[in-house]
Amino acid sequence: MQPVGAAVPLRVDIAEKIFRSAQGVSVTALQDLSFEVRQGEFACLLGPSGCGKTTTLRILLGLDKDFSGSFQLPEGGSNRIAAVFQEPTLLPWRTVEQNVRLALPKGLRTKNLDGLFDTLGLAGMRSLYPAELSLGLARRAALARAFATEPAVLFLDEPFASLDERTAERLRHLLLTVWSARPTTALMVTHNLREALMLSDRIIVLAQRPARVLGMFDVRLPRHYRNPQVMSDLLRSFHQKFPGVA
Amino acid sequence: MTAPDTGDRAPGAAADSQSGLATAVAPVLTVAVSLLGLCLLWGLAANAWPSRAFPGPGQVWQVLLAEAANGDLFYHLGATLGRVAAAYVIAMVVGSVIGVFLGSYRRADRFFSPWVILFLNIPALVVIVLAYIWFGLNEAAAVGAVAVNKIPNVVVTMREGARALDPGYAEMAAVYRFGPFDRIRHVLLPQLQPYLAAASRSGIALIWKIVLVVELLGRSNGVGFQIYLYFQLFDVAAILAYTLAFVAVMLVIELLLVQPVERHATRWRRRPA
Ligand SMILES: Nc1ncnc2c1ncn2[C@@H]1O[C@H](COP(=O)(O)OP(=O)(O)OP(=O)(O)O)[C@@H](O)[C@H]1O
Ligand SMILES: [Mg+2]
Repeated sequence: MQPVGAAVPLRVDIAEKIFRSAQGVSVTALQDLSFEVRQGEFACLLGPSGCGKTTTLRILLGLDKDFSGSFQLPEGGSNRIAAVFQEPTLLPWRTVEQNVRLALPKGLRTKNLDGLFDTLGLAGMRSLYPAELSLGLARRAALARAFATEPAVLFLDEPFASLDERTAERLRHLLLTVWSARPTTALMVTHNLREALMLSDRIIVLAQRPARVLGMFDVRLPRHYRNPQVMSDLLRSFHQKFPGVA
Repeated sequence: MTAPDTGDRAPGAAADSQSGLATAVAPVLTVAVSLLGLCLLWGLAANAWPSRAFPGPGQVWQVLLAEAANGDLFYHLGATLGRVAAAYVIAMVVGSVIGVFLGSYRRADRFFSPWVILFLNIPALVVIVLAYIWFGLNEAAAVGAVAVNKIPNVVVTMREGARALDPGYAEMAAVYRFGPFDRIRHVLLPQLQPYLAAASRSGIALIWKIVLVVELLGRSNGVGFQIYLYFQLFDVAAILAYTLAFVAVMLVIELLLVQPVERHATRWRRRPA
């Protein structure tokens, strides 16, 4: 399938990001963080908890402008971005379907979402309110919202955190299914190595805070070849390349 | 405004409306029985101490019917209700805008906080008198004075509401590029709803009491004007008739307008099991 999106890949070049607390303590969250994500590529940012992954995503999403450095998102065409946050962040006073449609640009508000809802197993839940969903279902709704907008770049921040392993595994497969239907340039944050090896084309390994790139790990194998045997080989070669990383 | 599918209807709305009707009727019934009990007590007391200054419910009812028959009642009720509605809308809109602004910008809040406290403590009577002196004995001055009395309360409540806003929703709206109208309607107002409801509740009660004072001091119609008139005539039955008629109107508004609107606005909350 032909990759959809814009011509320029995602390019990140953040020199420094410092948090200053009210007490005057300053924390350097990011330092000399630079990497690229190629067109139509699914990349993972892998790093230990608290190293600055969410901070990086917030900068790329335009939610935090107080940093030095620059980044470049695809220009022209559909330059929309979409995000799946660490929490599902659905509007509790709107139904699942309304939550998805509200995120769509005006011209697409009435588009047919049956296929997407079916794929994600949400067909019967469109008219439920978020309070009536389990966390797993709410995360699926957040995925539906992100994919429905047909973004040029998709950002995901630990979208499967705090789920039990079976549910997380199911959701990973669902994510792959919807993503394969329309391979979007994607950057996913995780601290789960197995998850990164299973989903991504390339893993960007981050150091402890302040986050900077330790190295890249390319997973060239098509995803349907990544069976348990292959996964343990991948794990082994990852550990050879990055001995210190979990 | 939005696509048909983003309409506010959930399936099972038909099934809900029946139990909805039951829950709407039950409080009305309770209120009716409770008020009947109060009337009975009043009648007994008026019988025990008969006086021109303390008419029984029967007498008041007679006056009420007479005033209704010659149309005076509805004319004056209407005038007062119009002022209450106008002052309420102005106070809620202006107070909400100021309150959300102060709640969102800490420095502005620190600067204007003393102003809010000042206005909160100016007696209603002073505002009314000054409004009449500065702007003349006209409708705008009357309604404006009432609104100014209520605005600081709304500001304080809505400022709390704005402080409690979840930035996560605003960030989600920014990432997905919600327009300003969608942000207000789907992100801001639902979060502020409990605070709007609280401000409304205390607002209507306060406003209508101040409206009566405004009418007494500088208007030639409305319930306040009538009460002043009958005070000079020492006609307690008429005073009570007008008061009760207006209280009844406010009660009907509360039951038929405020509560259903609130139920609709909170339908997404999980029902307590
Ligand atoms: N608003 C803030 N003010 C001050 N410090 C912050 C703020 N946000 C994050 N930090 C600090 O920046 C560092 C990176 O935080 P960040 O949330 O990006 O980590 P993370 O990699 O996403 O961790 P996790 O995997 O636990 O989500 C942390 O040490 C955190 O304490
Ligand atoms: Mg994080």
